Amino acid sequence: MTELLEYPEAPETEPVTIEKVSIVISHGSLEGIYPGLIMANGARMEGIEADLFFTFFGLDAIRKDRFEKIKVATVGNPGLHMPTLVGAIPGFSWLVTKMMQRQMEKIDIPPIPEFIELVADSGARLYACKATVDMFGLTMEDFVPQVEEIISVGEFYEKAAGGQIVFT
Amino acid sequence: MTTTLIADAPVDLDAEGFLVDPAQWNDAIAEAIARENGISELTDRHWLVVRFMRERYLETGTAPSIRSLGKESGVPVKELYQLFPKGPAKLAAKIGGIPKPKGCI
Repeated sequence: MTELLEYPEAPETEPVTIEKVSIVISHGSLEGIYPGLIMANGARMEGIEADLFFTFFGLDAIRKDRFEKIKVATVGNPGLHMPTLVGAIPGFSWLVTKMMQRQMEKIDIPPIPEFIELVADSGARLYACKATVDMFGLTMEDFVPQVEEIISVGEFYEKAAGGQIVFT
Repeated sequence: MTTTLIADAPVDLDAEGFLVDPAQWNDAIAEAIARENGISELTDRHWLVVRFMRERYLETGTAPSIRSLGKESGVPVKELYQLFPKGPAKLAAKIGGIPKPKGCI
């Protein structure tokens, strides 16, 4: 005998919301750094807690000596729809970076140094990855003052507990 | 869209509780929306932000970004988040009776 199963009624629940995000920034190019910063800022604007973890060349975004000189990768970047050899012409990366920065300014996206300050002021916490810091022989002295701590991957996961992890 | 009575005045709200018509807004409505969103009392600093948001929206048709809010409202970003912990731009827009800001920044 077959029994007809009734569809269970969906329980009444509160709509699910994200309370916290931990965003990893792992690339050192302009287009590699911005998405993570925009997502962190957007999270804070929605009242979502946000942590930023900078690793590998992503550390350039928080290095005092480099964060003002972030460029668009014009070689090996199929998104630009240009031959690789054109992208390799001296000064080309500088030019594309300038053009992109101008476009961003138009839609009110700040340059990276100002953006780092903005996300930190809005309450996002900034961390540097210990493995990369050790690999490059860096110390806290090399980073902008907004960086709270150099932490290991394990500590990153501890801090990320209970939230969503976004890798960029 | 629903019509609700806030501070004894009928107002049209969207699904998220933002005023549909900024002209229906007044100070008492702002205070009532603020209380409902966890701000028990609007201080002068809150008002500064709320009025800036509202005026900018009425002038330009778009709400200012958090960046220009921090630069031009007279209240720095850190303080904006202290005043409106659940998101300054969004909440100040709601209290100021203008639509939810659509920008990403």
